Amino acid sequence: MKTINRRDFLKIFSGGAVASSALLAACKEKDSNTSAARTSDKSLKPRGKMTVRTNNITGDKVSILGYGMMRLPVIGGASGRENSDADIDQEMVNRQVDYALEHGVNYFDTSPAYCQGRSESATGIALKRHKRDTYYIATKLSNFAPDTWSRAESIKMFENSLKYLQTDYVDYLLLHGIGMGDDALATFNSRYIDNGILDWLVEQKKKGRIRNLGFSYHGDVKIYDMLLKWHDEGKYKWDFVQIELNYLDWSYADEINPRNTDANYLYEELRKRKIPAVIMEPLLGGRLANLPTYIAKKLKQQRPEDSVASWAFRYAGTPEGVLTVLSGMTYMEHLQENVATYSPLEPITKDEDKMLMSIADEIYNLKTIPCNECNYCMPCPYGLNIPAIFSHFNKCINDGVMPNRGTKDPEYEKHRRAYLVGYDRSVPKLRQADHCIGCGQCNEHCPQRINIPKEMQRIDQFTEEVRRYSDKI
Amino acid sequence: MLRKIRITLATVMFLGITLLFLDFTGTLHSWLGWMAKLQFWPAFYALNIGVVVGIIVLTMLLGRIYCSVICPLGIMQDIIAKRRKKKNRFSHSPEKRILRYGVLFVFLVAAVAGVNIIVSLLAPYSSYGRMVGALLLPIYQWSNNLLALAAEHADSYAFYSTDVWLRSGITLAIAAITFIIIAILAWRGGRTYCNTICPVGTILSIFARRSLFKIRIDTDKCNSCGLCARNCKASCIDSKNHEIDYSRCVVCGDCIEKCHHGALSLSRNAKAVPTVKKDENPDTSRRSFLLATAMATTAAATASAQAKLDGGLAEIEEKEIPHRGTPITPPGSLSAQNMAQHCTSCQLCVSACPNGVLRPSTNLSTLMQPTMSYERGYCRPECTRCSDLCPTGAITKIGKDKKSSIQIGHAVWIRKNCIPVTDGKQCGNCARHCPTGAIAMVPLDKNADPKDRNTLKIPVVNTAVCIGCGACENLCPSRPLSAIYVEGHEVHREI
Repeated sequence: MKTINRRDFLKIFSGGAVASSALLAACKEKDSNTSAARTSDKSLKPRGKMTVRTNNITGDKVSILGYGMMRLPVIGGASGRENSDADIDQEMVNRQVDYALEHGVNYFDTSPAYCQGRSESATGIALKRHKRDTYYIATKLSNFAPDTWSRAESIKMFENSLKYLQTDYVDYLLLHGIGMGDDALATFNSRYIDNGILDWLVEQKKKGRIRNLGFSYHGDVKIYDMLLKWHDEGKYKWDFVQIELNYLDWSYADEINPRNTDANYLYEELRKRKIPAVIMEPLLGGRLANLPTYIAKKLKQQRPEDSVASWAFRYAGTPEGVLTVLSGMTYMEHLQENVATYSPLEPITKDEDKMLMSIADEIYNLKTIPCNECNYCMPCPYGLNIPAIFSHFNKCINDGVMPNRGTKDPEYEKHRRAYLVGYDRSVPKLRQADHCIGCGQCNEHCPQRINIPKEMQRIDQFTEEVRRYSDKI
Repeated sequence: MLRKIRITLATVMFLGITLLFLDFTGTLHSWLGWMAKLQFWPAFYALNIGVVVGIIVLTMLLGRIYCSVICPLGIMQDIIAKRRKKKNRFSHSPEKRILRYGVLFVFLVAAVAGVNIIVSLLAPYSSYGRMVGALLLPIYQWSNNLLALAAEHADSYAFYSTDVWLRSGITLAIAAITFIIIAILAWRGGRTYCNTICPVGTILSIFARRSLFKIRIDTDKCNSCGLCARNCKASCIDSKNHEIDYSRCVVCGDCIEKCHHGALSLSRNAKAVPTVKKDENPDTSRRSFLLATAMATTAAATASAQAKLDGGLAEIEEKEIPHRGTPITPPGSLSAQNMAQHCTSCQLCVSACPNGVLRPSTNLSTLMQPTMSYERGYCRPECTRCSDLCPTGAITKIGKDKKSSIQIGHAVWIRKNCIPVTDGKQCGNCARHCPTGAIAMVPLDKNADPKDRNTLKIPVVNTAVCIGCGACENLCPSRPLSAIYVEGHEVHREI
């Protein structure tokens, strides 16, 4: 048993796995479907039964955790998304699907586009080993390559989905990624309307080959509003809608990316109409599982035995109108941890909600430092220009030009350049925050009681991250 | 026609390569990097068979056109020669075979024997790179800094200021001397350097002697006026005997245009006999400009030693270069040996390093080849610029993902400089900035409780995971000598 564990441990790490703290903790205990039961890592242990939500339209009993099949494991570690050459590790997929079903997960979300088109068949193989009425399958009419937009190609795409998934009906079918494209309306029309494919899908629904018809939404909110208006007018009825929701997007989405819309707006619009919401990006692409230590500490202080990611999952699952929360789980540990988080779901309390909102502020570095440049802290014996460092940081926050990677900020490169060039302009390199040794001599002089070394290290960490991450170079 | 095409191509190539050396921001690297990889000797070192064979085939077809449109040093000489307005000033001279082949022999022996300094001094592309890197780059950077200053006032981030510093006095001197010698030769005799010294020129001349297309003189039309010979910057036309020395002709096409009778042409026909002439490119005068740069660079280097002081700021001493037992070579260079064998000291990596880490070595056996030191910055994990650019295979290409797993050296702790020991203060700045987590902080007093926050801690290095990037050395608060420094590894390893 020991050797297997070590091998798997190495596999995960050599594959360049995302080393979230939860994962680290989990690595020593794994393998076999029962390892979660044996572990003393409480973040992996279910305390009860998986929370189930009821689809108010069809009465489907759907698990609050949905399995996203976008990042399936491949042989040699990593996921089919990062390592596109490697073959999908079907054996691992089977084991994980078995574990999921055993622990109450019954919603599996795939797409013809995932894992270079290999996700549907891998999902089909794994699910075929179980009774068809024990799970729900969601797949999509994807819209990535315009040569798949013709009516014939679209019908072929749907028929292929059934073939690969080895089934004769889809429980949840989505129009994929509504609102994307430079001209979102034109893209939407030529993809789904002009070729009559939406009407064709409605027909398939009548025939029972599709049980629920909905769409997933990214991007231009005008399209979102238009589709919901159609719903109100009775032109097309949406049985469910898939949106991004997490504690950063809840109210910051549009501040970070003007083309995004706050999750609270999206959610409330669905709530008004009693349309079930399926949640994607609860971790914002993994970012909320991998927080800087100074932020992670605050969450850990509240619930030391829970993982950092569990907060994001609890947050996404808390609103009542949420049918299921999708997570693209590559590793068994991800799955075990998420199952545990949701068995059962402990909704986020009001106080916790408040804390998460303030953490969102911190993640986006929207908290200014209350320095008023009195210079009492100076001179720093190690040459730092403390007030100038704070002043640059505060200025970027106040001007709304902090480079933040969340939510695919289209302005990131511009803000990054301004932040780094501006930093070098306002503070000579040798006087910047990375030279703070933390001696703390300054602290007692600060009338604002700023913990200067701590703030210096925070700014340094942030700057380092910005330096390292560029879309260019 | 031939001349116009040649001048156009040469202009593009010359400006491109020059910009490649000047562009410290790295924006043009991906657009222009191929120009360096097209150079003969670097391609030969990089075992870039396609390029080497391509150039040889080109030479067998069209003669030494490489020297006219691809080699930046050749183009530079044409520009200098063209600056001199005196007309019809060249004359035929016999080939200096012994000198040419003698230099080539020395060059090849040096290359095989690994006497890098001789190879570096003679390889034409490297000479040019050194001139741009050492002489022109500082001017370019100062101009940029002026623009950056203006941009700052306009609240624009289009330009940012960059450090201008003297990387190596020896390299600067060698670059300046090479420039002066070549400039004088070009001013007086056009392509003298290319046809007597340049080993690449001599190698290509072997193939050019029998090239398919040649410049030929049609004896029916020629009246032996000698105008072609007097305008041939390669001095290779013997108009009296209607003979052209194809080993020296760089197919510039000047003679074709000069001839009033249309007696010269580039053709396959063996009957006509070819010619070549002088004349070159557009561009402004560089010489005085470059000399001024050289002087200004030295002056600036002296001035930058005096750090500026403001009222409330502590003085910061300059860092000194620690003594390293083994020099550090950049990630991707595989080993000191690989570097020594492949590098032609063109300084492209040195000009491109955005962190002030690379500089030419002053050690005699690796003179002018890049070496690393961390007083101005460290080898940052996201940067792979030198490896992206190197045309000779001295620094092989590495991906960003691999960058932090290549061990080029290891950090060494120097007790007597360490702040907790000398000042009795907590520090740990090295450990905080180690990108691989190779540095841990342990109590200075070995019996103390490591969990006690007040006990003084010193860094210890886990050399198994240390990659030698120099973050610790660069950010160590101890000055002028850091309390932790990097020793190079002769052979790089992957961790």
